[in-house]
Order: sequence, then structure tokens, then C-alpha cells
Amino acid sequence: MRHILSILVENEAGALSRISGLFSARGYNIESLTVAPTEDPTMSRMTIVTSGSDDVIEQITKQLNKLVEVVKVVDLTEGNHIERELMLVKVRAAGKDRDEMKRLADIFRGRILDVTDKSYTIELTGTGQKLDAFLQAIEPGVILETVRTGASGIGRGERILRI
Amino acid sequence: MDMELTGAEILIRCLQEEGVEYVFGYPGGAVLNIYDELFKQTKVKHVLVRHEQGAVHAADGYSRSSKKVGVALVTSGPGVTNAVTGIATAYMDSVPMVIITGQVPTAAIGQDAFQECDTVGITRPCVKHNFLVKNVADVAVTMKKAFYLATSGRPGPVLVDIPKDVSQHKAEWNYPKTISLRSYNPVTRGHAGQIKKAVQLLLEAKRPMVYSGGGVILNDASDALTRLVRLLGFPCTNTLMGLGGFPGTDPQFTGMLGMHGTYESNMAMQNCDVLFAVGARFDDRVIGNPAHFYRADRKIIHIDIDPSSISKRVKVDVPIVGYVGDVLEEMVKLVESSPSRPDPAALKAWWGQIKEWQRKDCLRYDKASKLIKPQYVVEKLYELTGGDAFVTSDVGQHQMWVAQYYKFEKPRRWINSGGLGTMGFGLPAAMGVQLANSKANVVCVTGEASIQMCIQELSTCKQYHLPIKIVNLNNRYMGMVRQWQEFFYGNRYAESYMDALPDFVKLAEAYGHVGIKVEHPRDVEGALREAFARKERLVFLDFITDQTENVFPMVPGGKGLTEMILAEEL
Repeated sequence: MRHILSILVENEAGALSRISGLFSARGYNIESLTVAPTEDPTMSRMTIVTSGSDDVIEQITKQLNKLVEVVKVVDLTEGNHIERELMLVKVRAAGKDRDEMKRLADIFRGRILDVTDKSYTIELTGTGQKLDAFLQAIEPGVILETVRTGASGIGRGERILRI
Repeated sequence: MDMELTGAEILIRCLQEEGVEYVFGYPGGAVLNIYDELFKQTKVKHVLVRHEQGAVHAADGYSRSSKKVGVALVTSGPGVTNAVTGIATAYMDSVPMVIITGQVPTAAIGQDAFQECDTVGITRPCVKHNFLVKNVADVAVTMKKAFYLATSGRPGPVLVDIPKDVSQHKAEWNYPKTISLRSYNPVTRGHAGQIKKAVQLLLEAKRPMVYSGGGVILNDASDALTRLVRLLGFPCTNTLMGLGGFPGTDPQFTGMLGMHGTYESNMAMQNCDVLFAVGARFDDRVIGNPAHFYRADRKIIHIDIDPSSISKRVKVDVPIVGYVGDVLEEMVKLVESSPSRPDPAALKAWWGQIKEWQRKDCLRYDKASKLIKPQYVVEKLYELTGGDAFVTSDVGQHQMWVAQYYKFEKPRRWINSGGLGTMGFGLPAAMGVQLANSKANVVCVTGEASIQMCIQELSTCKQYHLPIKIVNLNNRYMGMVRQWQEFFYGNRYAESYMDALPDFVKLAEAYGHVGIKVEHPRDVEGALREAFARKERLVFLDFITDQTENVFPMVPGGKGLTEMILAEEL
């Protein structure tokens, strides 16, 4: 099953490689990983999307907690949460495709950030599934380039992850 | 104004503050500043090894036998890579150590400088934690953290990498008295409710089994364990790492368990109704095939300091995270104050069953043989030392024979590489043990293959007058490899024969020691006696043993714990 782990970690050189090294050394899977400092610059927040049986996820959580630089680990998928991913996609937008592309971007609530006479660069946020759906909705031939951030997540309501 | 000291001076002061008696090391370019400061003082003594692997193993043996932190000091690049085997060995067995490594100057880092390697990167997966100190002002606080991390929670090696310019620059000397890290708060107190539940389960058990491991040794919990087990009257087995945690001669002790464990211990593990795991981690050499282990219906209680050890390989019913010593003390109190006791009739029947298993006499061997049986050597060693020697070993058959035939009465007497299984560990580890216990009998039981992996340390033993007794069980084979080849590879002994062996007696003499070759069973006891009589000398005893001897019982890899091969079945 797919899980989203939110991790508070000391913002120190090497912390990221300790975490990614743990996943590769123990054969755990990483679907995506995002990290950036929090409002407290001494701490970073990481979101890792992974998958595995309940036993595997339990081990991943325990092993992460064992790392000296890891402050807290929460499995967001255990409760209500919000998940967002940002995608930038450059598409061919010429001739009859141009209007169609604009319409499609609107339907998916995308924003066109850059325009040339042959292309659009569209910004799209949403769950990973929504971004997948957009890519499936357009013809594969018109996609020139895509870049995705991987998911970031936060708990709904009063669920808060901080020290 | 406060005192300004160089990074090297600060480092040495930190070691003094921590009460470090010995540093095991080898100098080199990147640690010259540190060696210069070592030279200028007398409090911290340095032991010069002959290879960095030996330094780390020696620090490891020192720590395991003394409860203190082992400290090693090596230079950058090859100094570090040579030390890695030692570090990984200590990591797998959770030994508290601090390893100080030199690094090229900060400006040269990443430039592929001479003797540069990414020390923090290379050692990351085999340390509890590591640090690269880039600023001299951080040396003291980093050392404090290193000692704190190494010894608290689940212990382990911590590495501090110090670039050459950092050991040269100056900073104020200020050693923190205490330290806390917001990201590191190991759970050390067992949950009271869980402890109660565990005691309840133990008191209701009809076929109980106690299985204790290295955690009991590391946490000095063997006294509490012994009291609890005796109070309950339960059978008790130890893992390879746990030997000495419960007295080896106690009638409630059923011998080691696992791949080369006793028949009775393995049968009791499988057939018990309540299994009490104490500071042990259900590893593959202990429970065999987990699916087979699962087939039996039993309740499991598990105490461990490391939450990730719980339910990693085997699901448990009552997990307790905390220091095993404290948890066991609380359990003793609860049992003592409880009016109920385990059902005596059920316990009697269970002991009857265990005694029946014991009648298999699974450790018997041919005592009439004209060849020296390795088991016989270990038994004689046990008799002559009264079970009170410090025994180190390398890895292989000889290691298993010590575990089976030497009845360890006390914790911290049995020093071996259980997790990583490092050949070459025994001799350098014995050096650390002898330095930590100068008056004690220290024996390194080894084989002709293992001993050659760190044989250069015979020179260190000479320099520091370490009167270690080396018991070389010389069967001219990598015995355990040969055993597997005999059992599972159709007697094709691929590269397991030790050809072109040195004359170990001459070799020992060349290093300035005493060497004795023993070829007949009748000479075994006399040779051992002679070795122990030479109190001031290292004696290398080369026992020419039966080449075909195997370690029994044996649970083949992937098989269930009760699917043992016994000696008579072959």
C-alpha cells in the first residue's frame, strides 16, 4: 500500500543521505522524496512517498526514528491529510492544438506560465493522480517536457507535526 | 580571557575528561597534530597496532570486556578504509566506541587530495552516527555528543572525522558537562503496563522458555536475569552473543540455541507456550526459517532497547522497549510480590520433556580418538580456567566449539564477532581485553585460517607485553566452509584447504613469543598447563586437530529450528 511519511529532520549536511541510504540499504522503495527547510531554518521537513505491507511500513518508521538526526516521523496516510504535487509541463501549442491546450489547462485549473508561438508551459498542482490524469488527457505527442516535485503532505484539521 | 587551545589539544582533553585510559591507533599525515598532543601528555596511553583493523578490534575487545568506551584513532584515507571492518564489526554487535579519524584539510576536501576519502560517506551505514567537524569551535561539543551517543540507548560506534586544519586551529576550551539532542531521545524505561502484562503471562506459563542475548551483557543485566529465571524456575538459553548472561553451569541453563545450538534449547524454543526474549533479536542464525518458527503457537514477550528490533523478523505479543536491566529488576519485584507462581505440575512435566531431549546428549563426540578433537581442547581449556578466563575467538568452527563447550559463568568473558562474523577479530580483540584486565587469563581461540588475517598483531603483543594464550585449532581447513561443502556441495572442497601454512611455532618465536606444537591428545592438557604457567609470555599453542570434525547439531540454512542434523545421523 502507498504511504506518505512526513519527517522532521535536523537541517544538517548528510541528513538526506542518511535517510536515502537507509531506504537503499534495507531495500525499501521510494516513490518520491521532497525536502526543504521549515520556518525554523535549523529543521527541514521531508515528505517521502513509499509503499509496502504494514510490517514494512512499521519497520521503515522505526528505522527512520532510529537515525540520530530524525526528530519526528508521521505516517500521514494513517489519518485525513492533504497531498499536493507541483508539475511544470511544456507542451506543443500550435495551430488547432493551441486553443484546445488552453481549454484543457483551464479544466485542470492549470496556469500558463510561459508562452511562445509554438508552446505553452503549464503549471499544475494537485494530487499525483490529478497530474497523471492531465498527462493522460493530452496526446503524448504534444508533451515536450515534464518536471514534477513529488508529493508534499500535511495533516487535516488539528493534526500538526512539529516539535 | 579563557584558554585558547588547538583542536588537537582540545581533542586530547576531551579524552581525558571522558576518563579514556587507552587509545588504539596508528599515526599518519592527517592525524600528526593529534599524535603530537598525545606525545606531550601521559594520562591517555596510546597502543600502536600494526594495522588499523587491529586498532578498532582492540578498542572493541577493550570495551566488551570492561564496560568502558573503546577509542581508536586512525589517519585519513587508507587508515579509515582499513578500519571499516572493525567499525562494522562493532556496529553489528552494538559495542560502544568512539573512532577518531584524521581528514585532509577542509580546503582540500573534495579535491581528490592525497589520502583523501569520504570517511563520513563510507562509514555511514556501519556507525550509530558520525560527524565531520569543520570548525575547531565544534570539536569539544562533538566529542561530548560522540561519547553520549555511543553509550546511550542501543550502544554503537560513533565516528568523528577531523580535518588536519581543524586540529591545528585554536578555540576556547569548554567541555560541556552534559548534552542533549532534541532529535535523539531513546526510550529507556519500559512501559509499566506492558511489564505487568509480561509478568502475568510468565506466571501463567505451562511450558516457558527464556531466551536471552547480547543486550543482557551490554546492559549489565545478567544479575537481574539470573535472579528472575531462578525465581521462576524456568529453562534458559543464551544466544551466541548472550553467553555468560546466565551462568553456564546453572542446572536451568540449556546451552546455546540456534544454528549450532543444543537439541534441547532448540526443541524448547519451538515447543514452549510462552517465549521470553530478553535483549535478543530473533536473527536468522537463531530461529532458522521464520515461517517454520511461526508454525508453533506460542506467546512471545520481547524486551529490547531498540524498537526496530521488535517485530522485525518475528511478531511479538508483549513488546517492551527499554533498558533490559531496569525492566528485569521491575519484573523481579513484581514476581516477588505476587502471590501466584507458575503451575508446579505443569513446570515439572515441561522439565521432564526437556530432560528427555537432553538425553540425546547432542554435544557428545569421540573421546577415544587418536587425533586431537577440537572439542576436547576447549573442554580442557574450560577445566583448567574454571570457566573464568576471558576468551576471544575468530569466526568459524572453533568459535562454535567454544560457544558449545566452554561454560561461561559470567558476562563479558566471551568476546566474539557474532553479527558481522569477522575473521581476524580474535587476536586484536584479545589485546584490548588483556589491557582492560591486566591480571586475568586471556585466551584467543582461533583457527589456522582466521589467525592469519590479523597475525601481524603478534608484534603489538610483544611491544606491550601482553601474555595472551593463543589456542590455534589447526585443522588445515577453513573448517566451517569445508563443513558446508561436505554437507551441501558434494564434498567439493573449493579453495577451503589451507595450503602452505607457516610453521606457527617458528612464527611465534620470530615475533619474540613462545610457540608449542601439540599433535597428540595426551599432550593437550600438559601444553595448556605449560602455557598458563608462563604468566608473563604470550604462548602460541598450535593444536593439530582432526581435519574431518564437524560442528553438531546443525540447523541447515533456511531450515526450521528443530530440523537439526545431529552427529549420529551422518
